[in-house]
Amino acid sequence: MEAAFTILSLLVIVAAWRVVTTQNVVRAALALVVVLAGMAPLFIMLAAEFVAVIQVLVYVGAVVVLFLFGIMLTRSPTDVPEDPDNRRRWPGLIVAVGLFGALWFSLTDAFGNTSVDPKRVSDTADVGSNLLRENVIAFEAVSVLLLAALIGAIVLARQD
Amino acid sequence: MLLVQYLGLAAVLFCLGVYGVIARKNGVMILMSVELLLNAVNLNLIAFGAAYDTAVGQVFALFVIAIAAVEVGVGLAIVLLIYRNRSTVDFDQIDELRG
Repeated sequence: MEAAFTILSLLVIVAAWRVVTTQNVVRAALALVVVLAGMAPLFIMLAAEFVAVIQVLVYVGAVVVLFLFGIMLTRSPTDVPEDPDNRRRWPGLIVAVGLFGALWFSLTDAFGNTSVDPKRVSDTADVGSNLLRENVIAFEAVSVLLLAALIGAIVLARQD
Repeated sequence: MLLVQYLGLAAVLFCLGVYGVIARKNGVMILMSVELLLNAVNLNLIAFGAAYDTAVGQVFALFVIAIAAVEVGVGLAIVLLIYRNRSTVDFDQIDELRG
């Protein structure tokens, strides 16, 4: 468990680093695939199999394809790829490191001794009943939101 | 396993996403960094749900996944529209509203 976590987290962190530093947009999208697919086993280690499957279906299956279509349709007219970074690299690095320091300090302070030990093999039934009992209004709201986003995306991207 | 290991991984991912949002100017790459942020939040939600033995964390993670799909759909449509009108996806050049 411990070794699998170490390997997976190293893979995910290196791939995420590639996503935010590589100069090539397509490579960033492919590194994003590694991040998103690497999260699924971590979810399974936390006894969230259903979310892991949905992660693979929605992110790796749909979102990445959308990104690749977006890259394809917004390629720069000149063949010279332009620098995807702006001049705020150092401020960004300072903000990110400072934020991580603050998060790490407060997390170890608050949850330093809490252990996570998923006892049950699967609780997808609990997820389903929670989704359709306690949170049914949010569930329906998300379906309306998806419809609105569908129409909105069509209206925005339509050519006329 | 300690809960703080998962939370630390999520914090690293979140900070990388924040760095990407700040330092990128290509619109598609900014959206990719936002995906990193949302995934870090998902890992947090599921880790807390497992630590406190409740299914609510997973339910919220599912909501976040649905919202992320919505965000990418509309966001890419907006980027496409900007590209069609301006022939660029450089968000530093979209500054008409700057005072």
